Amino acid sequence: MVIIKAKNLTKKFKDLLAVDDVNLEVEEGECFGLLGPNGAGKTSLIRMITAVSPPTKGDIWVLDSDLRAHSQQVKAVLGVVPQHDNLDPDLTVLQNLVTFARYFDIPKDEARQRSLGVLSLFQLEDKRNSHIRELSGGMKRRLLIARSLINTPKIMILDEPTIGLDPQTKYLVWRKLTELKSQGVTQLICTQNMEEATVLCDRVAIMHQGKILSLGVPRELISRYVGGEVWEIEVDSDERDRTVKELESRALDFEDAGGKVYVFHVGADESVTGLVSFPEKVRRRSATLEDVFFRLTGRSLAE
Amino acid sequence: MRLFSWRFIRVWQRNRDVFLSLWHSEAPGFVVEPIIILLAIGLGLGAYVGLVEGQEYIEFVAPGIIASYAMFSASFECTYGTFVRMEYQRTFDAIIATPLNVNDVIAGEIFWGATRSLMTGTAILVIAAVFQLVHSPWALFIPIVSFLEGLMFAAIAILFTSIVPSIYSFNYYISLFITPMFYFSGVFFPLSSFPEIVQNLSWVAPLTPVVSLTRALINGKFSLDVLWALALIIALIALFFSISLVTMRRRLTV
Repeated sequence: MVIIKAKNLTKKFKDLLAVDDVNLEVEEGECFGLLGPNGAGKTSLIRMITAVSPPTKGDIWVLDSDLRAHSQQVKAVLGVVPQHDNLDPDLTVLQNLVTFARYFDIPKDEARQRSLGVLSLFQLEDKRNSHIRELSGGMKRRLLIARSLINTPKIMILDEPTIGLDPQTKYLVWRKLTELKSQGVTQLICTQNMEEATVLCDRVAIMHQGKILSLGVPRELISRYVGGEVWEIEVDSDERDRTVKELESRALDFEDAGGKVYVFHVGADESVTGLVSFPEKVRRRSATLEDVFFRLTGRSLAE
Repeated sequence: MRLFSWRFIRVWQRNRDVFLSLWHSEAPGFVVEPIIILLAIGLGLGAYVGLVEGQEYIEFVAPGIIASYAMFSASFECTYGTFVRMEYQRTFDAIIATPLNVNDVIAGEIFWGATRSLMTGTAILVIAAVFQLVHSPWALFIPIVSFLEGLMFAAIAILFTSIVPSIYSFNYYISLFITPMFYFSGVFFPLSSFPEIVQNLSWVAPLTPVVSLTRALINGKFSLDVLWALALIIALIALFFSISLVTMRRRLTV
């Protein structure tokens, strides 16, 4: 069942087309990733889906409700984790959660119980009487995610959930998100972390300049755009032309990225012999989603 | 135009909770300062001033102090306070991702600003009563006037807050709008002592009707002007409340 549907969604700011005629369907219970460089329009897209920013054009349905007409009902079942910390610095950790629960009309006693529950889920029980300024960056992010669960959401919308986190915290967050998904919570995640997308997402869409360039299961996108194995060849200026010529003559799919040449869709029988004078300059590795990302959005800075 | 829903009370509760944990830093501004000014100006300056409109000077300024400090409370709350919550703490962004919408948030802010005026007005009224400056049971209605005054000044402040680029812009608001009203709205001297041109300007200042209404209630002396003052306050509330909802929606839902 489709749980989020966006049709011809467009967001225009003064002189910027942030989201350009996007169509998107997220299935119930899946984890859907939105990937794209800075300024690709991911945040604008999810701000529209979370009903905090009205679309310039197009329609959104969440759980079969038209978002324009039923934003309050829809927001009641969303759990939103913003990119920037907007915890309430005037309140303690526990007060943050209880106050947030009150926005959802959760009765006082239940609010307290749920707050303690989500705190222990993210190992923050000891911090419940701390002020927000006393928390580390990782704790703040865990608290933001904990806060988004206070209304036991059907859909979680997360904007860069693990940005700036140490590996321990990152894995904790991934594990919790995986657990929530197994409990049936749909997730829409904006990320630039390709590993995160590979680990968490059932399907991803790659966005660039306001448009979705490609959409699918990460494994399929990898095999479609870059194949199973990638060669990274370090080339100096003397060798570059020779290597490129050789690759051309073998009709291989490659990309010349300055100091490095990437070879994609390498066949199993393909050999590196004869490409470069020093075979140790060739690194053979499995293709990743990052390769797909670069192929689709380019290697130059997007903004 | 979309109005706000009862959910605005959640924002009011949030601000109340924060206030209750920080009240000791707020108290000097709305209790101690008015006492100081009442004593310093009322008694100190009053010793050199004869009767004003048949009253001791301190009796004359007391209702003005109530009205102006109630104005300060709502004005500071809904300029600096609102701006910090909106821009620095991103509190509103967090709230509008819940079932509340921008109008609920803004209504909550305005009603909270009005509550601050109510508290300030009532506190000074009690102090004035202790100094035996209250002469009529009609004074019991002053908290209601302070609350309405608070709605009006909160709504005007929110409108300004919705259009300013930075927190420094409030210097204009305070120095060019709020402070002049403090001196030219009949708080310290009757409007009739000004030249005619200043008098006309005074009558457009939103603090003037509040001062005359508060003064009438504290003395129990009414004229038709009182009804006009009340009508003007209510009209200004309706006007600025609705405009500020629109401009804030424009600012927050980009």
